[in-house]
Amino acid sequence: MTAVLEVNGVPEKPDHVRQIRRGSLSNFWRALRSSKKAIVGSGILVVFTFLSLFPGLIAHDNPSAETYLPSLGTSSAHLLGTTSYGQDIYAQVIYGTRVSLIIAIVAGLLTTALSVIIGVSAAYLGGFADGVLSTITDIFLVLPAFPLMIVIAAYSKNGGFTIIIAVLVVTGWSYGARQLRSQALSLRNRDFLLAAQLRGERKWRIIVTEILPNMTSLIVASFLGAAVYAVLAAAGLQFIGLGSVNTDSWGTMLYWAQNNDALLTGSPLWAIVPGLGIGLMGGAFALLNYAFDEVNNPALRPVRRKAVSS
Amino acid sequence: MRHFIRRTGFFLVTLWAALTINFLLPRLMPGNPAVAMMARFHGHLNGGAIRAMEIAFGVNTKASLLSQYFTYLGNCFTGHWGISLTFFPSSVSSVVLAALPWTIALVGVTTVLAFVLGTLIGIIGAWNRGKLFDSVLPPIFIVLSAFPYFFLGLMAILLFSVKLGWFPTSGAYTNGVTPAFNWSYISDVLQHAVLPGLTILVTSIGGWILTMRNNMIGTLSEDYIRMARAKGLSSRLVMFNYAARNAILPNLTGFGMSLGFVVSGAILVEYVFAYPGVGYMLLQAVVNEDYPLMQTLFLFVTVAVLLAVLIADGVVSLLDPRARSTK
Amino acid sequence: MILEVNDLCVDYVSPQGTARAVDTVNFSLDAGEFLSIVGESGCGKSTLLFSIAQLLSPPAELVGGSVIFKGENLVTLDKNSLRAVRWRDLSVVMQSAMNALNPVLTIRAQFVDVMHAHGQKDDEESDKRFAEVLRLVGIDAVHLRSYAHQLSGGMRQRVMIAMALLLSPDLIIMDEPTSALDVVAQRSLMVQIKELQEKLGFAVIFVTHDISLVSNFSDKLIVMYAGSVVEDGPTREIFEHPSHPYTQGLLSAFPSIRGPKVRLKGIPGSPPSLTQLPAGCPFHPRCAYAMESCSTVRPPVTPVGDVKVRCLLFENAEVHVGSD
Repeated sequence: MTAVLEVNGVPEKPDHVRQIRRGSLSNFWRALRSSKKAIVGSGILVVFTFLSLFPGLIAHDNPSAETYLPSLGTSSAHLLGTTSYGQDIYAQVIYGTRVSLIIAIVAGLLTTALSVIIGVSAAYLGGFADGVLSTITDIFLVLPAFPLMIVIAAYSKNGGFTIIIAVLVVTGWSYGARQLRSQALSLRNRDFLLAAQLRGERKWRIIVTEILPNMTSLIVASFLGAAVYAVLAAAGLQFIGLGSVNTDSWGTMLYWAQNNDALLTGSPLWAIVPGLGIGLMGGAFALLNYAFDEVNNPALRPVRRKAVSS
Repeated sequence: MRHFIRRTGFFLVTLWAALTINFLLPRLMPGNPAVAMMARFHGHLNGGAIRAMEIAFGVNTKASLLSQYFTYLGNCFTGHWGISLTFFPSSVSSVVLAALPWTIALVGVTTVLAFVLGTLIGIIGAWNRGKLFDSVLPPIFIVLSAFPYFFLGLMAILLFSVKLGWFPTSGAYTNGVTPAFNWSYISDVLQHAVLPGLTILVTSIGGWILTMRNNMIGTLSEDYIRMARAKGLSSRLVMFNYAARNAILPNLTGFGMSLGFVVSGAILVEYVFAYPGVGYMLLQAVVNEDYPLMQTLFLFVTVAVLLAVLIADGVVSLLDPRARSTK
Repeated sequence: MILEVNDLCVDYVSPQGTARAVDTVNFSLDAGEFLSIVGESGCGKSTLLFSIAQLLSPPAELVGGSVIFKGENLVTLDKNSLRAVRWRDLSVVMQSAMNALNPVLTIRAQFVDVMHAHGQKDDEESDKRFAEVLRLVGIDAVHLRSYAHQLSGGMRQRVMIAMALLLSPDLIIMDEPTSALDVVAQRSLMVQIKELQEKLGFAVIFVTHDISLVSNFSDKLIVMYAGSVVEDGPTREIFEHPSHPYTQGLLSAFPSIRGPKVRLKGIPGSPPSLTQLPAGCPFHPRCAYAMESCSTVRPPVTPVGDVKVRCLLFENAEVHVGSD
């Protein structure tokens, strides 16, 4: 049982809660810095962020301007050649970074927010509310996400950006919600929460100041997972033409490339490079997630074997 | 037993949810999109069929929402799924039933294969931790699995079809060849199935390897593994009967969750390879605003996923005695 | 003498540094003897136990010494011979039976595994043996069909002991087998173990943090602190005349039921982290009798009567008879 301290008659937060946040944060940071996967993953993301913020510095052409000769090969003027419409592929790829990254981050954040709200509420409210929320979560978990996305997007013809993000969030929140709910449930019965209630803190305050900080690692992991999901799913939707086909994004590039049989007509880079971009971005988030997993679960860390002397 | 009944009950609820979503979506979207679609049917269908569609999509009809709903449900369960716009005048059911076997063959086989192989590689990787096998393969697969399915498919086409000419670029069989039960047809089918099959296999196997490896590592630190070693059991017995049999349980339970990704991958792969399965048809339906076909395919996919999850659940019950004791 | 441990050293390698969990441990065991290893949590006793049985796993590594069991050095033995020795001559009982039994196999399946691994494929004969060992621990043979989670804690523990007896080993090592049980069950299990030992004649190495538990059952006692053996000798001797200050502290920390009311004294301070051991004698920061040399010199093993002690207090009191 944790004792409840009183300083000047006011109940103090128990020490170990503070320690969890202070000590583990610096240990955690140190561990993350030394993980190769984390370094590679965040390195890639830093490059992408830079490209999103300052695309004009790297690419000098307007990505949508159809000013050049179509289907040119690579050259010093066009590092990756041109599309069937005479657009500079290199410029499109660079400018496309922004859209893909924004979708990944925004959809990731919104999805995680929804997962946290539903998962933690279900755990904390318990009883009937929990039953209802859990069943809804499980239903969305089992319903095949991509077909559902396709159907929703198909009905809402030209929604573009907002529709993609909405669809990603609606189909993606359930996984995180389930994990967060089980962690919140296990935290719910701990003594320090009882102490908080005895101090008279209100329910929502307890959730925000006591429960959530102890769940940060799972929440960050959820975000990273949601980001990977967003990158791939958005690309898939755009590829089949359900995103707004006029935006400059990698998925849309693939759509146009596929429609113009880029592979067969000798402009393979039109399809290859954006695809690589998608893979790298998704891979970066995935590597960060893996590194995160290892830091949190020391059993998964890389093992260094030494010869045993006997 | 009770557990099984509860699970089946849950799936029926999910099926109901899918049906209801299907029903509500066109009605919820601004400017009922079915209206535009209906216009294209006019003049091609007799009045009765038109009225049936109007009720199914809530267009232009005086019937109350509730009665539309029940008519819709009734039609779904009796197989009256409408006429397909894309393949007019074929019925939706004929289109779906023709596409189904292709998908079951391609996706079914490769998914099971990916699971089995992935699990095996994961087991071996965990057992040989720290050695070359383990430090090279898992990172490769994390990165590979982050690549979209269809991208790998495109690359495969580029390399093996266009450049090397080893495999055909699309379709389930060469146009013009009549299906028959002879070797030339079957080998033709197999040839067309290799690239799409490999694409699905390579992209999905990564996830299984990773989760199985991590589960094994966790399991290997358990006391009963140390006990098994202490008893003098052979390494192989310990690895499979003691470690793997326990480590695979969360994987199987998670199988259902992963089906979502499998399905999405399958749809895109079929699209890239123009493979005439359920996924390809779904996308055709979307492009052609063929809502009857689209809705039915969505339901089929949902049912397939639910069935697979139910089966995975059953397998878990068989393997884990704790799941069998109802609490 | 069926077991002789010489200069055994075990290290834990971690990013924070190397911790020596077992530091130059020497002891011996005769056939049929009951030896208890006692110490606080984290003193290295379980690690010592597993290193004897060659059951260490990374990051623990056996870095020096030998374990001579029935004439063979287990440390250098090849894999196949080691496997043959396992369970047939040396078996293990672990702390928590719930974690030590495979949750997805029946009890019988786990017993059968042992028989098959040691070349006894006749399942009918084996079944008789199973019933026999279960009877020895007081469990009905019908539970062979059960799974671990269907049995109570005490029953699981006794099933583990039955399993350890399957091949009539000469030595059974036990890692705190009673810690997961309540006090009453603890005592009844101890009594049962002692009875079995006397009936069947196997030696026992029993690891525990509870020195009072083993006072009546042990022939010999080893007290461990921070990876080193600080006292080693006949149980009665040590109880009546504890030599090492740590042992004295342990024995005065629990009351005797019949004696006069004595003020309980604990040992001030806490055990050191194994990665940052104090120089010299690891106990000196907490020792009431610490001398200047204790902080620089690591005490060698000194015999005091039948007991061996690692303490500089006794260094000049006896003539060294040479190490053995």
